[in-house]
Amino acid sequence: MTGFRLADGGGPVVIPDFGHGTACLRHNHWFCKSWVADNWGDTLQPALVQHIYLTLLAVGIGFAISFALALLAFRFRFLGPPFGALGDVVYCLPSIALFTILLPITGVGVTTIVIPLTAYTLFVLYPNILAGLRSVPADVLESARGMGLTRTQTFWRVELPLAVPAIMAGLRVATVATIAIATVAAFLIHYGLGAPIFDALEHPDIFRTELLAASVLAILLALAADALLALLQRALTPWSRIR
Amino acid sequence: MPTEAAELVFDEATKVYPGRDGAAVDHLSLTVPAGEICVLVGPSGGGKTTALKLVNRLIPLTSGYIRIDGTQIGDYDVTELRRSIGYVIQQVGLFPHMTIEGNIGTVPRLLGWKRQRIRERVGELLELVGLDPEKDRRRFPAELSGGQRQRVGLARALAANPALMLMDEPFGAIDPIVRARLQDEFLRLQQELRKTVVFVTHDVDEAIKVGDRIAILRQGGTLAQYDTPRQILEHPVDEFVADFVGRDRALKALTLKTVGELELSPATEDGLPRLPADTSLRDALAIIVAERRDSLLVTGPDGAPLGVVTREDLLK
Repeated sequence: MTGFRLADGGGPVVIPDFGHGTACLRHNHWFCKSWVADNWGDTLQPALVQHIYLTLLAVGIGFAISFALALLAFRFRFLGPPFGALGDVVYCLPSIALFTILLPITGVGVTTIVIPLTAYTLFVLYPNILAGLRSVPADVLESARGMGLTRTQTFWRVELPLAVPAIMAGLRVATVATIAIATVAAFLIHYGLGAPIFDALEHPDIFRTELLAASVLAILLALAADALLALLQRALTPWSRIR
Repeated sequence: MPTEAAELVFDEATKVYPGRDGAAVDHLSLTVPAGEICVLVGPSGGGKTTALKLVNRLIPLTSGYIRIDGTQIGDYDVTELRRSIGYVIQQVGLFPHMTIEGNIGTVPRLLGWKRQRIRERVGELLELVGLDPEKDRRRFPAELSGGQRQRVGLARALAANPALMLMDEPFGAIDPIVRARLQDEFLRLQQELRKTVVFVTHDVDEAIKVGDRIAILRQGGTLAQYDTPRQILEHPVDEFVADFVGRDRALKALTLKTVGELELSPATEDGLPRLPADTSLRDALAIIVAERRDSLLVTGPDGAPLGVVTREDLLK
């Protein structure tokens, strides 16, 4: 796909020709293998790659910002409540509204999707990172101090590693949520797995094969991302499995 | 700081917490000779833990001095001071994300020891505290029992061979049977290591068992008496101390000696209850009372009879 366009703005919408297709397509069955095979390369696969790219970008930027904010709130306790309140406000905005507000400012492009997606990840990631850093038991901190770890050493060697399970839990939720919300973004910007989904919905009879194929891809992507992060967490925190 | 046992001096050491009436530790002066165990004991509010934490500057002194081998603690860099003092707390505070090896190696790593040297030291210490030097080093704290964790806590505190150990109710959270065993092992270790130890407890019996000297602190952090266990049990300086050590202090004094240390008379009678020479006078008395006997046969480690101890001998 080249460039971007508003999903409802006309242009070459890829709608299959029901009349000249296979019997499966003519009857608009739920799953026509031949259509998926024919359209994998130019529709589904690019949409999947775009979706992964969107998710990585939003979660990556979101994680960097959340980490910085959580560090500030951890170091300077008084910053915790205002950061939290700000987060609640943004989190309450409906995603469609946020996309629409940004459209005139940032234009028709990936930025318009990435900004709200990033904003949503903040409010899962920030409280998780902060809670993780604050979860270190008092006796562990006391023994660290008593043994002569400096403040910085305590952070890197004790507080941060012990926050990893909470951080990873936050990352899993943020990633899965981003994959879901990103499909909605295609309502405005034709990008990612939401694009074929909205294309299919725009057809008067709803093009079932395209709808199902793109939806299943989005679900599989979410499941795969969650499983991958779960594995990563196990690898990073062998100690947390012992209970 | 020296690595051999150090002498520790409290000199009018005082801690007043801001915003609170009265001192937590009030003009505490006492000297712990190098290589001895000083137990701080007293009711809650007596400032025992505060006094302990003044030494490694987890709590800053309000006034007065604390000296280690003649050098004021304030003259040391605070992290260097802490790394050179072993610190053991009741909840142990092991790092849950590190293996036992990682935990014990904490201070040596901070001090920049070579990996090989740390590995060897960890093995040595695990053996010392009665854990498996190969299997246990790779385990995580959550895999250990409370008693094992406290052993690791002790090993971790000993890792860099400190001249001084601070122990804050180290066996307080452990069930009585394991606690008694840990106390025995700790005393056996101390025979060998001869560290200077400050040991906080609220348990008078533990204080008597563990301490070379006992400092009894009263409410408000003043020192009521600082003496050997025997002196404290036999000559409490006032009502407070007598009350605190308990009405059975005469019986407690009997725990300080074993039957093997008494002069035994030759065995003349057959069929006497036998008991090993390292039994305390108190336990021997308990057997005499329970069995309604006048004397017992004391045996050596190999089971051979050493002689007879009588009820009168015990109560002398």
